[in-house]
This record gives sequence, structure tokens and C-alpha cells, in this order.
Amino acid sequence: MRAFEYGNPSSVKQAISLLGSNWSEAAVFAGGTDLLSLMKDSIVTPGRLVNIKEIRELHGIREEKTGMVIGAATPLEDLYDHFSPRKILPALLTAIEGVSSYQMRSMGTAGGDLLQRPRCWYFRNGFGLLARNSKGQPLVPNGDNRYHAIFGNQGPAYFVSPSSLAPALVAFDASVRIEGPKGMREIKVAELFRIPRDAEEREHTIAPKEILTEIVIPASAHNTRSATYEVRERKFMDWPLATASVALRMEGRQVRQASVVLGQVAPTPWRAEAAEKALAGKTLDEATATSAGEAAVEGAHPLSKNGYKVQLVRVAVKRALLAAIA
Amino acid sequence: MADIKWPPAADRHLIGKRISRIDGPLKSSGRAKYAYDQNPPNMLYAKLVTSPYAHAKVTAIDTSAAESMPGVHGVYIFTPVGKEVNWEGQEVVAIAAETEELAEDAASRVKVEYEELPYLVADTDPQHAGEGRFRSLSEEKTGDPDQAFQQADATHEGMYSIPVITHCCMESHGSVAQWENGKLNVWLSTQNVSGVSGEYATPLNIPPANVNVQCQVMGGGFGSKFAADSWGVAAAVLSQKTSRPVKLMLERDTELLAAGCRPSMHAKVRVGAKRDGTLLAWDSESWGTGGMQGAGVPRLPYVIEIPNRRTHHTTVFTNIGPARAWRAPNHPQMCFLTMPALDDLAAKLNMDPLDFFIQNIALTGERADVYKEELLKAAEMMGWKQKWHPRGDKTPGPIKRGVGLSIHTWGGAGHASNCRCTIHPDGSVQVALGSQDLGTGTRTVIGIVAAETLGLPLEGVQVEIGDNKYPPDGASGGSTTVGGVSSSTRVASTNALNELFAKVAPSLGTTPDKLEAVGGQIRVIGDPSKSMPWKQACAKLGATPIVAMGERNSTLISSGVGGAQMAEVSVDIETGVVRMEKMVAVQDCGLVIDLKTAESQVYGACIMGTCYALHEEKIMDQQTGTCLNANMEFYKLSGLDDIGEIAVHMMTDPAIENRGVIGLGEPPVVSPGAAISNAVANAIGVRVPELPMTPNRVLEALGKGGKV
Ligand SMILES: Cc1cc2nc3c(=O)[nH]c(=O)nc-3n(C[C@H](O)[C@H](O)[C@H](O)COP(=O)(O)OP(=O)(O)OC[C@H]3O[C@@H](n4cnc5c(N)ncnc54)[C@H](O)[C@@H]3O)c2cc1C
Repeated sequence: MRAFEYGNPSSVKQAISLLGSNWSEAAVFAGGTDLLSLMKDSIVTPGRLVNIKEIRELHGIREEKTGMVIGAATPLEDLYDHFSPRKILPALLTAIEGVSSYQMRSMGTAGGDLLQRPRCWYFRNGFGLLARNSKGQPLVPNGDNRYHAIFGNQGPAYFVSPSSLAPALVAFDASVRIEGPKGMREIKVAELFRIPRDAEEREHTIAPKEILTEIVIPASAHNTRSATYEVRERKFMDWPLATASVALRMEGRQVRQASVVLGQVAPTPWRAEAAEKALAGKTLDEATATSAGEAAVEGAHPLSKNGYKVQLVRVAVKRALLAAIA
Repeated sequence: MADIKWPPAADRHLIGKRISRIDGPLKSSGRAKYAYDQNPPNMLYAKLVTSPYAHAKVTAIDTSAAESMPGVHGVYIFTPVGKEVNWEGQEVVAIAAETEELAEDAASRVKVEYEELPYLVADTDPQHAGEGRFRSLSEEKTGDPDQAFQQADATHEGMYSIPVITHCCMESHGSVAQWENGKLNVWLSTQNVSGVSGEYATPLNIPPANVNVQCQVMGGGFGSKFAADSWGVAAAVLSQKTSRPVKLMLERDTELLAAGCRPSMHAKVRVGAKRDGTLLAWDSESWGTGGMQGAGVPRLPYVIEIPNRRTHHTTVFTNIGPARAWRAPNHPQMCFLTMPALDDLAAKLNMDPLDFFIQNIALTGERADVYKEELLKAAEMMGWKQKWHPRGDKTPGPIKRGVGLSIHTWGGAGHASNCRCTIHPDGSVQVALGSQDLGTGTRTVIGIVAAETLGLPLEGVQVEIGDNKYPPDGASGGSTTVGGVSSSTRVASTNALNELFAKVAPSLGTTPDKLEAVGGQIRVIGDPSKSMPWKQACAKLGATPIVAMGERNSTLISSGVGGAQMAEVSVDIETGVVRMEKMVAVQDCGLVIDLKTAESQVYGACIMGTCYALHEEKIMDQQTGTCLNANMEFYKLSGLDDIGEIAVHMMTDPAIENRGVIGLGEPPVVSPGAAISNAVANAIGVRVPELPMTPNRVLEALGKGGKV
């Protein structure tokens, strides 16, 4: 690991002043569960770490009129402890539970989960986020792409967005508050993610001199039936192969409005609009859930080794929908 | 001495009982010191610079930037300019520095230039491997396979593949080396305490006698830790150069890249039988890779000697890292190429594989009766007859259950071993051997044998192993340790006891041959009233302890074991996720010294086998020549929740015990891949031809892996 400076600010303002105008100058250091591995492997080499765990205002969960506000530096374990006994927002609870290591949940933070970098093994082995060889050719299409994207992979990115919390938050139409030198902006969680257009661009829309301060889940989320279904090869700490988070506004057994968001299948959390349309106005049962699963894979472009993910999406959507109304 | 024997069952107080390992408390409380835990004062840390390429020639090495850093004290070159590296992760340079961080930092400043050379890392068949990349190793024919296939009522043809995996030792390879006054001390994580000193002699220019090797506990070797290894020698040379102790342990990625792998094996198999299941003919075209040295030749079919057979095996040379013996070398592969093919043929004949295997049990040879008994015992423990159904679980819902079986064999004759037993005048006893405990329970087994022989409780014996200053002992490979150490310990303890008998016989008014040691007493056989407590007897030694030696004794040991395993799985046919629900393992290994540590070996093997059946593989990328999963994140092993119920039964009837002690470490890891694969086929109705059976492969076999 390269030597670095360490800043330990006690306010967001101070923290921002310690950040740089590009990624190599400084990095926000939350739980460090991802950042430190990236630094050990020299995938990122920030000159300064800015620890945000000591900033009080970034911790905790509170209710505001508009909804639930979660401080970005709140450990996942605290979220789990908050949601689990109350049995609220099941789509999010399942996503948190899926990070099945206590160590990871105790150190990892809500903001860090959203902003963790992709696990693409070409990226992590030093071939860049777009996974190209020294001649600039993409490695994923002809390489081992079993864990790569089946949506949004028409160039130039093939990795999958790793965050389990993001699809659930997108399904709840949640927002994030981002603080920068020019003040605060609030954007939808969906807008935090993008498919990079070139090697310079990151997969998040947050700028190097900004800090994600809060996650806001609108009060309306509580009026949904929600669930997440994750397909995991192992129960042991592992990445899901595909996930679906759904939040449904119901009228009896009829779906008024559905949010269906896929995880681990695209460079961003992936909204399955065709599935959402297929559900609107329908009575939700095994048959409609199955056809929503079928609709969800519309437009998938599986690569040479990840065709199985198409099937996993069908099943994850179906099972998430049925779990939501169970 | 000539008629040395194991005590008869009725007289055993310790042998064959369930006894907890004596170093358990040390390990579970973190007090056990592994090589990594050794921190002699003034120690330096060494880090490796390794090749990023699968195959390249080193054209320049510039260590000046690293060497000019304050705190950097030593440089060691493994691969000088002009030499080639043959896999990613191969060691090129080592740097020793004051701290671990500094060593790493300095290593990253070493500039190595390479000329990239052509490589092959893909696990392909010989036709696609390219010129000079394969060698036909063996072509054999027995009987008349062509005619036998014509006589067969049913034939099955299939393709079976088991990939390259690694040893993935929880404790990585490495050592702490300490050069002191012309002598070398090394704390080495090794399976070969008595056998590695010679590797240091030439590079350090010292006699092997000046090398002290220690390994009290180790975190797994599985066949990959027989040598000091180049990095072990580097640590020693750096210590000699700097006159400071040097710690060099491999990082996890290098451990997975360069510290050994298990060769792959693939085969096109054809097998034929009569309508009643009698096996007639076998034909296999097989290949596999174990790196650049090639890999062993499989003996196919495995265990079941089908009378008419033709086999051909080719080895493929790849730049994937070196093959090393992996727990039961070749057997898991041979087993996986054989048992699933037979299971598929049984399915074609609409036969329960249990009946099918028993129908053919004579083909296993002289131990056929034992195999049959093991299969029947396993069937009883599994509830096989209730659980087995024809291919494809027809119950509704996506979760399908199935059962599968497999049998295996191994040798396990004891290796050369020397034990020194010392009885002190104060009654304390030491047994010393230059052996090692890989975590299998060797230390405990030695203690049990000595204590049993001397009529003492287990605590009455101090076991000294893990140091080459003790009498030389074999390397722990091939499941040879228990036979070696138990027999030499039995002999040494008996010899020592006989000397003690000679000293105390006069006081008990008898001759030495009339004495026995039982329950902490020396007493006259047949007249327990004439006895003397152990301590009192030892006091008769005056000032001189008894020191007696013992060697491996072939009448106390034997070789050749068998085992049967059955697996029950559930498979989600919509997601392809497989869960191991239950495994049953029935195993013979002659006389069991410690039932508990023996069972532990089998539990561990079933877990290791589940890992390679369901998750584990070394994933290589032909485009870059690199390994994509040299980490614990994507080099997947089962976690606790992924392990189902495991039931173990050790065969301990008198006929088996009378064979003497036989090794156990390896055989139980042979069958799980085949048994779990057969269980999956039974559950879902089709064969997943390739391990590990990850969701993508299961869905592919089910025809659900394809495009939109
Ligand atoms: C084997 C394994 C399995 C895992 N499984 C899952 C899983 O199933 N699902 C899942 O979601 N996660 C999983 N995780 C990942 C884990 O949840 C994340 O590592 C963790 O949530 C990251 O949080 P952190 O606080 O440690 O982030 P850090 O490592 O501190 O930071 C991560 C990144 O975000 C940036 N950052 C962090 N906080 C902020 C902020 N407030 N403002 C601006 N930038 C910020 C950092 O600069 C860095 O780039 C797994 C991890 C491992 C190793």
C-alpha cells in the first residue's frame, strides 16, 4: 500500500475542505472495508484518507416529515438492528441481511455500500474499470464473464454494480443528499449511478470533492409491499449472482404501481420497466409474477458465459414479487 | 521384541477411544505458535516481487530504488536476468526490510523488465493445446474391449471434467529464518520436519546438521508443503546476509498462484454392461493439466476393475503454476471420471446404483466384502432405500432432492519412523520423534500409543515432535504418518518398559517377563496383589533415565483401505443452486488409535470435498495469462452454513483391527465430488458433467443456461 496522509475531521465542512479535486488526491474513508482492499492492491492510490466516522451528524437514523433519514456513516449492523425488530421495509432488510458477515456489517457503512467499487475481477486485477488490455481492447467479451452484466453492457462497461442496498433504495424511490464546496444537492439514488462512457469516468455521479451525507427514504415507502430476492451460490459471505428488489403499491391483490429493480446484472441498479408495466393493474399471483419475470429479461444481452443470469433474473423477479405479497 | 503386537481389544484403555487432541486447548485459545507467530528480536520482513506474466523472460532487474530506501537491508534474486518465469506469481526478487510495510513498499519499487513469451493457461484438450504443449502418457488395453462392447446390452458415453484447484492452505507457505553463529534455525510451515534441512545446506554453504527446523503446529499442507521451497531458502539466505532473523510468508494471492495446484482431469468415457448390470467394458480418452511438469497418469477405471478396458491419457502443459500432491493425488480425479460414468450407466439400466455397485462388487478385488459391508452400512445410515428414486425427483416444486454414492481406496502404509522413549527417575516420560502434526492429531496419537503401552494416563507422557533434533521421521504424505509413528512409538515404549521391568523385577520377586504395566502400576501378571506404583518403580532407576529407541515395525501396520460415501443434496432447478444436505462416510483404516481425531479427518474431508464439488476452481484467463480469482472472495470455499449434516462411521470390527494401523488422512476426500455429483444427477435427472456444480453449470445441464 502506498503511504498516505490521514485526516480526521469532525464536521462535514472540514471533511470537504480536506478532499481534492480529483480522485488521486484524496478519498473518503468510511468503514474502509472496500477502500483498504483497493489500496492494498494499488487499484486506487489516494494521497489522503479523510475519515468520516468521527463526524457525528453522519451517524444514525431519524424520521423527518419527508421520510426516514439515514446518516451515510451509519454501520450496516445498526441499520439491521433498526429494521429487523420492526419488520419494516423488508426489501431493504433482506439486502442488509445478505451482507452476511458480521465483521463486514459492523465496519461497512450505508454510504460505503452505495459507493463501493465494482468487484469485476479484471478491474480488481489491475485492468481498469472498463477492463481493457494494453492495446485498449475490452477483455470481458472474450474472457471469463460469468459474473458480468447482461444489461447495459453494450459498451463500454461490463461490470456489475455491487451494492445490494441500491436496488432496494431505488425501488423505494429513495434519494441521497450530497454535500460539496457549493452546498447540498439531493438526487435520486438511481441518479447516483451511471454507466461510465470512458476510462476517466467513474460509475458514480458523485464528485471527488463531495460527500454523501444522508440517504432519504420517502415516507411513501412504508405504504408498499416490498421484498428482495437474492440468488446466492453460497450462504456464506458471497456476492449474489442476481437480485430483484420490488416495491408494490397494492389495492387488495391488485398492483397499482410496481417498482422492480435488478441487482448484479448491470453496471447500475437496473430498473425492469417492462416488468413494472406488465404488473400495473394486474392481480398478483404466480402467473402474473412469472410473466413479470419473463418481461424483466426483455432486452438482456448475455455474454459468452453469463446466459444463466437471464434465468436467474426471471426467477428472482418472480420470487421477490411473491415474497412481497406473502 | 519379535512378537510385538497391539494390545487385544479388552486390554485397551486409550487406543480406539474418542480422545480430544492434546493440543486442542493451545489452538483454541490462540497460544499455539505457528511459523507466522514467531517474532525473534530484530526480525526483518521479506516480501516478494513476482511475475505478472504467465510466461516471460526476465530482461532487466533494477533494485536500486528499493535498496536506497532507509530500512531496506537485503535483496535476493530468484530469477536472474536471462531466465524465464513460467507462471503468474512466480517469484523473481525478495526484499528484506525493517517492517512489513516497508518491505512491501520497497518490493513495489523493484523494476523488472520482461520479454513476454507465448503461454497457455486455458484448460483445453490436447487438440487445442498447440504444438509442444501436450504429451501422450499412457495407452493401455486389457482384455478385449471391442468385443465386450458388442456383447453389452447397454452402453453409456459421457464426458466428465474436474478442474484445477489449489491447496488453499489457511496458513500460507513460509518461514521465519534465523542465522546465528554459523547455524540456521527455521520455523517452517512444513509436512517434512526431518527432511528439509538438506535444502538449505548448499545455498548457505553449511552442513545440514547445522540447520534446525521447527514446526510445532501448522495450518494445513495437504501435500503442498514437503519442501523448504525457493522462498524458504530465500529467507535463510537473507538472514545469513543480514545477520538478522527474516520472516517470509506468502501473501494469499501468491499462495493461490504459485504454491501448488491439483491437476485437472477430463475424460470421454464409454462404458458397457449386461442387462443385469454386470460391467463388461470401459474405454476412456482422458487428458488434464498440472502446469509445466505435466501430471500423473490416472488408473482408470477407478477401484472397479472392469475386465475389458482401453485407456489413453494425455497431459497438457500449461502456465498455470506448479502441480503439487493434493490430498490423495490423482484419486479424486480418477474417482470423478469413473463413478459418475458408472452411475449414468446404472440409470440407463434403470438400476438403483447401490444394487448396481453391489452387483459388480467382486471387481473391486480382494477387499470386495469390506466394500460391500461399507456400502450397506452407508445405505443404512443414509436411509438410502427410502431416499433413492429413479433419476429426476418428480415431487412438485423447484427444490429437488437426490442421493448419490461413490467408493474409493488408498494405500497408507507407514513411513520410516524413529522414536526415542525416555523414562526419567521421577516417573515422567517423553517420547520424541522428528515428525509433525499437520492438524490430523499425530501428536495425540503418539501420546496415546506411548501411554497405553506404559499403562499410564495420557497426561503421563510428554510428546515431543516438530523439531529435527529429534530422531528422524518421514514426511507426512500419502497418509503414511500414523502407521510410522504409532509403530515406532509402540516399539520404543515397549523397549523402554522392558528395561524398567528388568530394574524392578527383583523387588517384586519375579522375572521381567512376568510383569505388566497397567493403570499406573507395574504388577505381576495374574497376581495384581504384587504391584508397585509407576513412580516408585521409576525411582529404582537411580540417577540414570532409560532411553530406548524404536523403529517402524511392519507387523504393527498394513496398507490398503476402502470407503463408501453417500451424499444427499437439494437442488433448486430454477436457480441451479445446490446444497449439500447430508453426507455419510463409512471408512476402514485398520486399527484406529484415536476414534475422535480419525472421525475428524473424515468430517474435514467431507467438507473439503464439498468445497471442490460445489464451489472451488482456479479460474484462468487465456487473454491475459492471469488467474482471475487469486483471493478468498472468488476462490470459493464452503462456509459453515453451506455444510450439511455429516455422519461418519469407522469400521472397527476385529478382522479390520487385526490388520494393524493404516493411514487415513487422504482416502475420505476422494469420493465427495463423485457422490455429490451423482446425488445431483439423481435429483435433477441430468448429469452436470463438470465440477464445481455452480448454478451456471447446473442451469446449463438443465437447458436453462442459454440466451434470452
Ligand atoms: C466477500 C464480500 C461479500 C460482500 N457481500 C456484499 C453483498 O452481498 N452486498 C453488498 O452490498 N455488499 C457486500 N459486501 C461489501 C460491503 O458491504 C462493502 O464493502 C461495505 O458496505 C462498504 O462500506 P465501507 O463503509 O466499508 O466503505 P469504504 O470502503 O470506506 O468506502 C467505499 C468507497 O466509497 C467511498 N465512500 C464511502 N463513504 C462515502 C461517503 N459518505 N461519501 C463519499 N464517498 C464515500 C470511499 O471513498 C470508497 O471509494 C461484501 C464484501 C465482501 C468482501
